Order: sequence, then structure tokens, then C-alpha cells
Amino acid sequence: MFHDVGSKGYISLEELKAKEDYPTVERLEKGPIAIIECLQDIPCNPCQDACPVGAIKFSQQDITGIPLLDQEACLGCKKCISSCPGQAIFVVDYSFSEELGTLTFPYEYLPLPQEGAELPGVSREGKEVCPVTVVKVEQRPNLNKTALVTIAVPKEYLEIVRFIKYRRDGVSNE
Amino acid sequence: MLYDVLIVGGGPAGLGAAINAAKAGASVLLLDENHLLGGQLFKQIHKFFGSQDHYAGWRGIDIGQKLLREAAEAGVKIKLNSRVVGCLEDGLISVYEEQTGKLIGYKSKKVILAVGAKENAVSFPGWTLPGVMTAGAAQTFANVHGVLPGKKILVIGSGNVGLIVSYQLTQAGADIVAIVDALPGISGYGVHASKVSRLGIPFYLKHTISRASGEDRVQSAEIVQIDKSFDPIPGTEKQFKVDTVLLAVGLSPKVELATMLGCDFHYEPRLGGHTILHDKNMETSVKGVYVCGDLAGVEEASTALEEGRLAGVAAAESLGYLEPSQALRLKKDIWKNLNELRKGTFGEARRDAKEHLLTMLKEVGSGRVV
Repeated sequence: MFHDVGSKGYISLEELKAKEDYPTVERLEKGPIAIIECLQDIPCNPCQDACPVGAIKFSQQDITGIPLLDQEACLGCKKCISSCPGQAIFVVDYSFSEELGTLTFPYEYLPLPQEGAELPGVSREGKEVCPVTVVKVEQRPNLNKTALVTIAVPKEYLEIVRFIKYRRDGVSNE
Repeated sequence: MLYDVLIVGGGPAGLGAAINAAKAGASVLLLDENHLLGGQLFKQIHKFFGSQDHYAGWRGIDIGQKLLREAAEAGVKIKLNSRVVGCLEDGLISVYEEQTGKLIGYKSKKVILAVGAKENAVSFPGWTLPGVMTAGAAQTFANVHGVLPGKKILVIGSGNVGLIVSYQLTQAGADIVAIVDALPGISGYGVHASKVSRLGIPFYLKHTISRASGEDRVQSAEIVQIDKSFDPIPGTEKQFKVDTVLLAVGLSPKVELATMLGCDFHYEPRLGGHTILHDKNMETSVKGVYVCGDLAGVEEASTALEEGRLAGVAAAESLGYLEPSQALRLKKDIWKNLNELRKGTFGEARRDAKEHLLTMLKEVGSGRVV
């Protein structure tokens, strides 16, 4: 019930891929799609209301169910990302270019990264994986202060990278 | 003036109670010892869980602003910097007014206690050094006063409070060096744990803090692995160079005022310890005295708000401001919301404990009458 996230602090790729709604390779290659990294039965459902095409269903009738994505219906529109109070929804797009795909993730730090910046991409456990390039940063009132950052990631790392290395000016770690 | 309803504590529970009682037509006095209403809501800069009915996706600060507007519109009379210091035998509530230095007695037809909970601490060598504080204190520093309490921080406790405060302090510019928990699993939501994991913050489970050291304040902390009986395993100590140690080790209901009034209570560890017994209307063993929010069992801000609304509706009903059928309709909606919030693996223990508490109250009015 508590999965790897309860013992390690992050979801393992294996258990995420074992979830019944994890998109097929064919669907991933078609274009942008949401990956919902939410495995616990907490009472919460704003993602369901945020989806304009009703692609997010719940494993149970009530709000405690696990959100499940209808991968054919999902447009990859990113509206669910900022709706999730747990920051557990990502959008990946394998159709970005030959070698690169994109990852869009929620970001609540200032300053926001600059478009075009090259930064270390990090994994679910916060380990540096590979350099990534910021391709888009979105912030507008209806995101309710959760920015959407889109990075270009080599395709072989697109299911591993989930964030950028967190660092800031002004506060020294030493 | 004799108020219909006097409410102690202006957090989500007290605000919910005040709004619903006043909306029904009752005259309501809301007392809070702080200079601002909202309780913990204005420290909650993160988005809340739940469904649309529970303000899901709203940040706590925005829910707080909305409740303040609703309370003002409903005509709730508010007194800030006013600390209730005693509940006397004849139902007199004595209030210390900070600004005037005066002690004032209030009487009301109904009393709703919504005083919340206090944070627990653990003791260890060095725990009295400046720099050791509760997670809530750090959150108050950062989110209310705009002061960063430390730059390199060790957090004890992996419940939602520990996880959320860790995340928020990184937003404020601090470095969380590790999150430590004596239990073998992370107690809080996986999604909160995942947010701090992405920042590279390590978890040390089955570990506890063994000391904090420093000259005039914390300069380092030591953790140690523990065995199944929670005894330290020698040789497993780890040192961290930190300036702050945060304790996020649970909360206990603030039962003092309720017990002064004679309300029956019960020790229920799943709800934070000593918990005031109440019925489905949040009324206690003392007729006319209601409890809600963390005082009635430590849960979430969203459950506190619903319980407050319930107490407000019930108090207004018993004063004759609502027809029983009208009140029942309102209460049914609130009960439905509460049931939803207590579902799932994380909510089940709280729901079972709450149901057990309901069976323990012999009858409203079985205690002393105000």
C-alpha cells in the first residue's frame, strides 16, 4: 500500500511502470501525455476536475481512488499539472525532436529558470542525471503560483529526469 | 452584552463555527489570543488536498482570506489579542485583554472551543540550545514574519508537517540536510516526500537524534540508528554541521480549557493523546459546550473547518435559529465532507478513532452544566 515511496521517499520507475495506466511506447511516441505519479489512496481529486477531456478517472467511485489516465483521450495539455496539490503530475513529449523529448514539471522556486538555460537534470531521488535545456517557463494567474517548466531531455533519460538541480543565489551551503 | 455563541480560537475550526452560527442568525463573539485570525492557515502556503468541496487546490493562505471575508460578512464580532485564561463554574469565561491589561468576564448561551493543538517535542542532550525549535515555530518565522530561522537544518519527523515545512524552508532559501524518523517508513504523504526527494534531501529512517552541540547555539547535530526496541545502535552515529534542528514529532490537543469546564475526555493516541469526547453535533459531555478542530482530535485543517461548521450549525439549531430539517440538511453535507476526508489508508485510523470517541460519550449533559 505504501509502495517504495514510503520507504525511500520517492516512487521507483518499476512500480510506476507497473501501474495499469502507464502509457505504451506507441502512445508515448505520438506526442505529449501526462504521467500521474500518484500511488497512494489519499482523498484528493482536483486533477479529475482540471482535465478538459475527462481523461482522468478514479480507481474507485469516491475521491480516495487512485487517478488513472485514459492514454488515448489525454491531449497532453498540461492543465492537470498545476492542479495537483502533490506536484505529482508531469507531461512528457517524445515527439519533440529526433534525440530529445521534453518534460514539463511543476516548479515553485524563485527566481524562475531562464529559457535557454542549460542545467543539471535530476532524478526522482534528486541525483544528477544529465544536462537539460530549459525550453519554456510558464507562469500566469490560473496556475495559482505553480510555474510550469519545460526542459528538453535526451530521450534515454526522459523517464528518469523529473526536476532540475535546485540551487539558489544568496544562501551558501557552506 | 450576552452573546448567543462565544468561540475560543480563530483558526479554521473557530472560523467555520463562527461563520455558520452567525449566518444562521446567532450573535457570535470570536476570541483569539493572536494579533491575527486564521490559526495555522496563514502559514500554509501550499495547496490543499481534497475535492472542490474542501477547497482542494487552494492554498491555505487563500482559504484563510476567504474565511475572514465570510466572517466579516456574517457579522461575527472579533476580539484579537484576547486570551481566555479561565472557564469558571458559573459559565463565566475570563479573558485577558493584552492591550488594556484587563481581565474581562464574558457569558454566552453556548461556548465553542476551537483552541487547536500544541506541538510535541522530544528531549535529547542539547535540546535547550538556541536553534532547536518545533517545525511550526520555524514555519511561523518564515511564512508569517519573513525570517529564515536557519540556513542548514536537520528535521526530525517525516509526517506531513515535517515534509511540508522542509519543502517550504527550501523555498525560503534554507538547506535541509536530512529528514530523520524513528519509524521504518515515512509517515507523511508520498507526494510530499517525493517533492523533497527531488531536491536531493535524504531520509534517515530508523534513526533518532542523539544530541545537538554548540557553544551559544546549535552548531552540529548527531543522529544514530535505532533497533526494533528503539534503542541506539552504538557505532552508527552520524554528524551533521547544522545551525538548526526542527522537531516535527506530532501534536497534542490543547484540552486545558475544556477540562476546566468539566468536559469528559479520553486518551486516544491516534488523535494526538487526550481528546475531548463529543457527539455527532460536536457537543461535549457539558451541555452547551462544543469542541471542534484539533482539540477534538488532531487531523487536518480541512477537517477542522468542517467540524467547526458542524458545531456552528448545531449551536445555532439548539438556540432555535435553524429549523431541525434545515439544520439536518446542512449537517448531512458536512458529515459527507468529513467522511470523504477520513477515507483512504491515511484517514482510516482517524475515522476509526473518531467513531470510537462517539461511542464513548455517555450523553450530552452527563457532565457539569454550565
